[in-house]
This record gives sequence, structure tokens and C-alpha cells, in this order.
Amino acid sequence: MSQDAPKTPWWNDQGNRAILYQVLVVGAVVLVGWYLISNTLANLAARNIATGFGFLGREAGFAIGESPIAFDPADSYAKAILVGLLNTLIVAVLGVALSTVIGTIVGIARLSGNWLVARLATLYVETLRNIPVLLQLLFWYALITEGLPAARQAFNPLPGVFLSNRGLKLPTPDWGGTEWAVLAALLLAVLGAVMLARWARRRQAETGQSFPSVRAGLGLILGLPLLVWLLGGAPVAMQVPELKGFNFEGGTTVSPEFAALLTGLTLYTASFIAEIVRSGILAVSPGQTEAALALGLKRGQVLRLVVLPQALRVIIPPLTSQYLNLTKNSSLAVAIGYPDLVSVGNTTINQTGQAIEGVALLMAVYLAVSLGISVFMNWYDKKTALVGR
Amino acid sequence: MKRLALLATLALFGGTVLSSQVQAGATFDAVKARGSLNCGVHTGLAGFGAPDDKGNWAGLDVDVCRAVAAALFGDAKKVKYVPLTTQQRFTALQSGEIDMLSRNTTLTSQRDTELGLNFGPTNFYDGQGFLVPKKLNVKNAKELNGATICVLPGTTTELNLTDYFRANKMDFKPVVIEKQDELAAAFFAGRCDAITSDASQLASIRSAQASNPDDYVILPELISKEPFATGVRHGDDQWFDLVKWVVYATFEAEEKGITSANIDSFKGKTDPTVKRLLGETPGLGKALGVSESWAYDVIKQVGNYGESFERNVGSGSKLKLPRGLNAQWNKGGLIYALPIR
Repeated sequence: MSQDAPKTPWWNDQGNRAILYQVLVVGAVVLVGWYLISNTLANLAARNIATGFGFLGREAGFAIGESPIAFDPADSYAKAILVGLLNTLIVAVLGVALSTVIGTIVGIARLSGNWLVARLATLYVETLRNIPVLLQLLFWYALITEGLPAARQAFNPLPGVFLSNRGLKLPTPDWGGTEWAVLAALLLAVLGAVMLARWARRRQAETGQSFPSVRAGLGLILGLPLLVWLLGGAPVAMQVPELKGFNFEGGTTVSPEFAALLTGLTLYTASFIAEIVRSGILAVSPGQTEAALALGLKRGQVLRLVVLPQALRVIIPPLTSQYLNLTKNSSLAVAIGYPDLVSVGNTTINQTGQAIEGVALLMAVYLAVSLGISVFMNWYDKKTALVGR
Repeated sequence: MKRLALLATLALFGGTVLSSQVQAGATFDAVKARGSLNCGVHTGLAGFGAPDDKGNWAGLDVDVCRAVAAALFGDAKKVKYVPLTTQQRFTALQSGEIDMLSRNTTLTSQRDTELGLNFGPTNFYDGQGFLVPKKLNVKNAKELNGATICVLPGTTTELNLTDYFRANKMDFKPVVIEKQDELAAAFFAGRCDAITSDASQLASIRSAQASNPDDYVILPELISKEPFATGVRHGDDQWFDLVKWVVYATFEAEEKGITSANIDSFKGKTDPTVKRLLGETPGLGKALGVSESWAYDVIKQVGNYGESFERNVGSGSKLKLPRGLNAQWNKGGLIYALPIR
């Protein structure tokens, strides 16, 4: 009798088993997916329901309440969906920016030594994050439509500015092209200020000399557009909204739907971001603050130069989730009539009857937007990560 | 009743010999086996499909569900109501979640063909109108240039509205809100100058949601044809036939003056159409695959079309809609039953 250990059969080998399980799982997923798709196609064919994305090229035939690009009912469904996407992106981008600012302020306020400030911040967070966002949207919308006067009795706080339940009407500059030059100058100045700040930081790191980059940057941002405006002949003509017939004409509008959606989403998400910011700051050991103070840094400098850069590393990953939530929550717009992607997509689905293609398209677009945000935030996360030395 | 049963039995024997075998379809058999009808209705539109204060569904469209259940099971109560939004309704029907869609749905060529549906007889002729506050002093729809208009999304309403304004070279701003209650609330709060929908629906909204219904007026123009019909999905002609002839039976009963109250007094009358409706001349029930007393059950339990109309949307209801286009063909309307023979 041989004393050799019996040879393990291949199916008992741990490595082989792991591979086998994975192959089985992938196979099952593919099989289920194939079954669902082929079954759907067969059912659609059996019921004589048209399939395919051909409907995207057809004339939409419905109007959209607000759009950053010109849209006419004679345009295609594809363009209508693009308008919906742009509307969603506008709300998402503004919402992300505003909720980050408000969330950071409230988060820091919760840690404030001032009793009143800290309690107010706590009240804000605990109220807003515990009420469903849909209810908040309906609340803001009702507040605007029921609380503000009709167009003919609009508030007129500043000349040319009207506030009514039709929205906020603002005058727009009518400078015959100069307004675009001023806008370009503003963008250029912001870019210049950012570069100035980077240069100042590098110089301080190398030579220790500080440079008033904030003051210089502000001067640049205000000064350059002003200079261009003066060079353009200092035009002052404004296109002022005027009450004509049913509504105001001229100028630009912030619609009640947009205002309610942006306010609701921003305040709701800010309450979560406040908690994330607070947790990030608390994660930095108090010794850091004490050491920085001992070195003679001012309170503001301690926060800006020592605490926040370290807190950011804790803050960014959960912050990404909040940005994604805000973007996806913007689909609740359909409840208060803002023509976002889902609203336009729903109308398209209902008029063409192509529910499966339409929903697939909506999901693909949201997925692409969300992945885009994730990629950006992951890049930013890597950038702020602790560099191992 | 005994005689009816006897006749039915005789008809069963006779029918087997004389008529060809009825080919039962998938939906028909499934409903019969289930013992109740899944009927897609509105989430809550007074007069057409809404639960009353006791939770019982009532309305003109609901009566079609009840009539089909009465014809199939001899009991109008054997219906499970599935409330659907405008956006869910076709998917629910296509996927088989419901057996029929009776939810003020406009019959259009696109829905009939591309969506894979069949539509029964039109049970309500409506048209799209505008509801405006009287204080705006608007007398007709042509004066609405530049107006902000509240509209439900994803309906023919939205398309008709756009077409009307394009055809008349006028501008408007739509405010599109998914839920009708929210939409009407926005209108009554003054967010829009006008709200557009089918005229019957506007009457319903005005009576249910306006703080003072007299402050609002429906403009005289109707900008579209909106024939409401009951939808079924393709693939079961027997089921389609049943739904179709149940609706016609309620039309025919009104034309002949047969109501739920007086139907028994028509027994033994000589009018051949009445005899067929009451099942005294057998054959039709067999051909439809239901009992010979199907039409009797429908009229006895649900009533004829005129009764249903007056009870739900006409003079006996809050909506107080006139018969108008929905009168019988011989009284200036469009309600016309195909010959039942």
C-alpha cells in the first residue's frame, strides 16, 4: 500500500473551484439577460408594437416651457430630449455648487463655539434632512405659486425687476454685442485670478514671501470687465420686462418651477453635506489645531491651511454620493412641472408608445452623467489624497 | 328566469350543431378562469372613474368595466379596479396587468396601430377646451396669444394644444405637471392663465377644486375631437368582440327604452331586437362565449347608456354635462348601436 497522499481531484482544487463558480455566475447572468431581452422582443413582436430608436428623428410636436437653446415644436424628439438633459444639467450644476457652499457653511457653523449659531445650524440639518425631498419641492412650489402675487400685481423691488407667481423677471443688458465682450473679460479675469493665486502659493512655498492674491484677484475680476465696458462706450441700455397681455415680455425669467426645484434640492442636499463637512473636520485631530495655533497662525488660517485640507480627504468620497443623489433627485422635477430629462422623456414615451427604448435611453443618460461626476470626483479625490513619502 | 335557463340550454345544444366552434382567446380564457376582471381606470376623475366616499368605484368608464363583468360572470361586482396614470395606462394594458382599459382614453390611429391595441365603441365624445378665470375677460381661445397654459404631460392634449397655437401663429408657455390635482392647484393659484384638457374633465376639475366654480368659464371653442373608447390589446378577438358588443348593448337598450328598472316588463314582447337583447331568442350569447342572459344582466345591473350618463356626468351628477354629441343618433347625437342580430 502506497503512503502517498491521495491526489486531490480537480473539482476539489480551491483555485479551480473559484474559477468554476465565477464562470457559472457569469453564465447565469448572461442567460437571464438573454432570456429577458429575447422574451421582450418576442412579446413586442407578437403584440405588433413597433420597436427601435427611429422615433427620435420624428417631429416632437409639443412645446417645452423653458429651454437654454431655442426649441420649436417642429424639432425632433432627439432635440427635445437634449433640451431636457440641458435643463437637468443646469439644475444639477447650480445645485451642486450652491449646496456645497451652504453645506460647508452650515457644517462649520455646527462646530461653532457660539451657542446660537451652532443650535441654528443643528436645527437646519435636523429639519431638512428628515423631510422627504418630494414634499419639500411641493412646499417650495406651493409657497411660490400661492404666496406671491399675480403678474399684474407683481412686486417691483428694483426698477425693471418683477417678482410674481410667474417667476422672477430680470432686465437683460441690451448693449449691442458689448455684453458678450464684458462676459468674456469676466471669464478671462477669473482664470487670471486663479493663476495668480497658484503662482502666489508657489512663490510663498519657495521663498516664504506672501502676496495678497485674494485682494489682487478680486481687483482683477472687477476691474477687467469694467475696463472693457468703459472701452465699449459704457452702454447702459437695458431690456426691461414689460407687462403685455397676459405676461411680462422682454428681459429674462427665473421660472417658479426652476426656483422651487433648485431651492428644494439645494437646501435638502446641503443638510447632508453639512454633516459630511462636520465629520471631516472632527476627523482631524485637535492636536493639529493646537499645534497650528502654537505656531502663531490665525484662526482663519488654521481652518484654511491646516484643518480643511486634511478634512477634505475624509469629505470627498461621501460628498460624491451627495452630488450623485442631487443629480438623480432632480428627476422629481416632473412633480412640479420643471421640464427636466424625465419630464420630457415621459412625454416622448407617452406620445410614441416606445416605453422600453425611452426608459433605456433615460437610464443610459443618467448613468453617463453620474459616471461623469464619479470620474471627476475620483480624480479630485486622488489629487487631495495624502501623498506617501 | 327558468324559461331563460331552458332556452339557454336549448341554445347550447342547437348552437353546437349550427354554429362553428367559438375559438377562445388567451385573455378571454384567463379572465374567465380568474373569476374577476382587471379593469384599468382613472386614478380619480369625478364622473368617469373615481371611488366614492364609501370606496366604491363609480363613473361612466367604471360602468363599462361593470357591464363587461356582468356579461361575463352575471355579476357586475366581479371587477378589480386598477387606477392608472396617463403614463402607466398603455404599458399596463400591453403587459397584461389589466384586461381592458376604460379610462377616458382617446382613440387615435397611432394608439390603434403602433401600440398594438384595439378599441371598442366610443362611449363618450369629448373635445379639448380651455378653462379660464372670468376676471381675465377672455371671450374665445384666439385671444390666448402669449398666455401661460397648464397642461397634463404625455397626452393628446399636449399635442393638440401645440398644434392649435402653431396653426393660429400664437405663442404660449406650457406648465407641465404630472398629477392632475397638482396641475389644477397651480392653475387655481394663478400660475397659469388657462388650463386645457377635455371639456368634460375641465367641468370635473371646476366642480371639484375651484373655491368658487362660478369664477371660471370654459371657452366655447373645442380644439380637438376626443372620442373616448375602451381599449384591449391585440391577440384576442373574442375578448375584443365581447367588450365591443357589451357597449353596443347598453346603447341599444337606451334606444329601445329598456332601463334597469323596467327591463322585466319587456319580457315576452314581440320586438325581435328586444327578444335578442333579453336572450329570449338565443344565439348571440353562445357566439360571444357567454351566457344567453348576458345583455339582460348588463342592463339589469348597470343600466343602459343613458342611465349611466345621467347618473355619472349628466343631470344626476355634479358635472351637469349636457348630452350634446353623446345623445342617441336619432336625437341629434352620435351614439349609434350597430344592429344586434
